[in-house]
Amino acid sequence: MSLNRQHEIHGRRFGRNLGVGLVLGALIAIIFGLTVVKIERGDFQVQPQTQGVSNGN
Amino acid sequence: MTDASFDSRTLTQEAQFGDYFALLKPRVMTLVVFTAFVGLLAAPETVHPFVGFCAILFIAVGGGASGALNMWYDSDIDAVMRRTAKRPIPAGKVTRDEALAIGLTLSVFSVVFLGLATNWLAAGLLAFTIFFYVVIYTMWLKRLTPQNIVIGGAAGAFPPMIGWAAATGDISTASVLMFCLTFLWTPPHFWALALFVRMDYDNATVPMLTVTHGRRATRTHILVYTVLLAVFALGLGLTQVGGPVYLAVAVVLNALFLKGAWAIWRRDEAASEADNFRVEKKFFKLSLLYLFAHFGAILLEAGIDRLGVFA
Repeated sequence: MSLNRQHEIHGRRFGRNLGVGLVLGALIAIIFGLTVVKIERGDFQVQPQTQGVSNGN
Repeated sequence: MTDASFDSRTLTQEAQFGDYFALLKPRVMTLVVFTAFVGLLAAPETVHPFVGFCAILFIAVGGGASGALNMWYDSDIDAVMRRTAKRPIPAGKVTRDEALAIGLTLSVFSVVFLGLATNWLAAGLLAFTIFFYVVIYTMWLKRLTPQNIVIGGAAGAFPPMIGWAAATGDISTASVLMFCLTFLWTPPHFWALALFVRMDYDNATVPMLTVTHGRRATRTHILVYTVLLAVFALGLGLTQVGGPVYLAVAVVLNALFLKGAWAIWRRDEAASEADNFRVEKKFFKLSLLYLFAHFGAILLEAGIDRLGVFA
């Protein structure tokens, strides 16, 4: 008995899987892009640590 | 029973990605995208192009989510009307639970992400739009009053206001008047269609003005809303988004629209049927151009301002 490399569900749901994959890929690109834009614009700035805090005083 | 016998039944019924996408009412989404885009670009603040793109996308997704929730709630009436019988739920491709899950998920996603990408006023307006369309219109008033078209039109009128708020973090006279433009345009646009297309809302027990108050009253309503629309459309030309191009377009199109509404009001059913609703059909076609040209003119004015023409 040979093993099919592709289960029939993969063929049947190809469009659905491809669509979900593309949507998730686009979501990653959007979050990454927004992060880059917001950091470039200076929306997020790391607060500089004060000397006292860094010395543990 | 084998897997094969089970699958032979489900094969033709299994939802594809397009069926889920159809839940988002893509045709309605195009109007949402266009008007939100105009609101965003007409705003006096400049937005980073990528943030602007994301804002439009999230507004479109929010609009789509409310469409999915509308299909979830209205699946019973969609099934008995010819126009909607092929939608994914009545066609048996997507279950009601799936539509509800997709609608709720995308609602939360679009509102949160619009807030993170732009500001929380824009996100709040989007949340209110979804709430208004799903709860106030779909669940509550659609099946109660023949003014349902007016109420549904309000939900479709919010996108330019949300686009504006995404850019400025504010609500202004111009953005409210852009809302009024779509809000007051919807009733004459739809009721003109209702006069010449036999709709089967009766089968679905959804009150339509043509049925509940008669076709004479519908003609009067079209005229009244068209007069109100002209006032607000010309008023918009006097705000910061207006200018010579917009005013020229508004004057010409409102004059033609008023002429059409007057002609519809003056005719009776015998005259309409004699020429196969020629005037009503012409008015409906003009209504499509009317909205596109008004928002197109606002877009043009925004481009002119940025390029410094007439400065």
